[in-house]
Amino acid sequence: MKLITHNMLTSKCLKGVITGYPLAITATVVKVSEVEYNPEFISRIIPKLDWEVLWKAADSIGHNEGLPPTIDPKFEDNEEFLRKAHKVLLEVEVEEGYLTCPESGRQFPITKGIPNMLLTEAEVQ
Amino acid sequence: METPKQNHIDKNDFDHVYEPAEDSYLLIDALEKDLQYLKSKNPTFCLEVGSGSGIVITAFGMAFPKTVCFSTDINFKACSMSKSTALQNKVMLETINMDLGSCFIGNKFDVILFNPPYVVTDSDECGSCDITASWAGGIKGREVTDRMLDLIPKILTVDGTFYLLLIEDNIPNEVISIMADYGFNSDIVIKRRVRNECQLVVKFFQDKNI
Repeated sequence: MKLITHNMLTSKCLKGVITGYPLAITATVVKVSEVEYNPEFISRIIPKLDWEVLWKAADSIGHNEGLPPTIDPKFEDNEEFLRKAHKVLLEVEVEEGYLTCPESGRQFPITKGIPNMLLTEAEVQ
Repeated sequence: METPKQNHIDKNDFDHVYEPAEDSYLLIDALEKDLQYLKSKNPTFCLEVGSGSGIVITAFGMAFPKTVCFSTDINFKACSMSKSTALQNKVMLETINMDLGSCFIGNKFDVILFNPPYVVTDSDECGSCDITASWAGGIKGREVTDRMLDLIPKILTVDGTFYLLLIEDNIPNEVISIMADYGFNSDIVIKRRVRNECQLVVKFFQDKNI
């Protein structure tokens, strides 16, 4: 699971949970694999994300890579920033661990890089 | 569009995961037919729900290297296979073991693809997490599809496009009318008769200027 995915996941489908966002990450195995850097691609993704959530998630697993907690308004022209953002968004992967619902504490395991967000019938809204 | 390589897959794994068949290829053909439209949309995020072997989302990723691809499946073995199919074809794919798209935050996906379990069955056959989930559609073959229709306005971007495979038994006109109530236009992209089954791919979108 890349952090870009974490940015889009919520546990609000759980009964009694209102926002369920962001999920906390506990990573036991983190892998960093090289992905081809493309500045236009990464610039297009950044405005569609919740940056604060991304930064905190990266920081919580020890991979903030020196990124600033807030985005510079002219980030498209800042190559150093884009390269770091590229790494955090696309190269860092949580292979094993779990996600935790911020409201209910329900844990969702991550196995072989795949988060398990399945709920039992009794847990669904 | 290129067909993804599948020679990495152990045939025995198709005991647990839906093996690509005519319907899978029809969905790819529909995307190919709509390639110019899709390219003009320049999608950032694409999601395939119930990706099974992963060949459809991988074919999409090969044609759209600047789109971030996601897939979900209720069957963990299918998630694993989707991930490896993408990897073998050098496509970056994020896979989540999830019921449809129920755990995503609002309106992020520019393109959503769904080849649902469409076979008409008893209600109680529908709702498992194994290979049965890949085809058993319950009443009208629509029980899973209808739950997905309800999710579309919540997870598709305002100018996004949803591609859905159906068979005639699913009563496509009813699906089109449900989506019209949610404010979506529709077009039949492609239609094909396979043995005694008529399969079609319908696309749904909200913008009026195409």
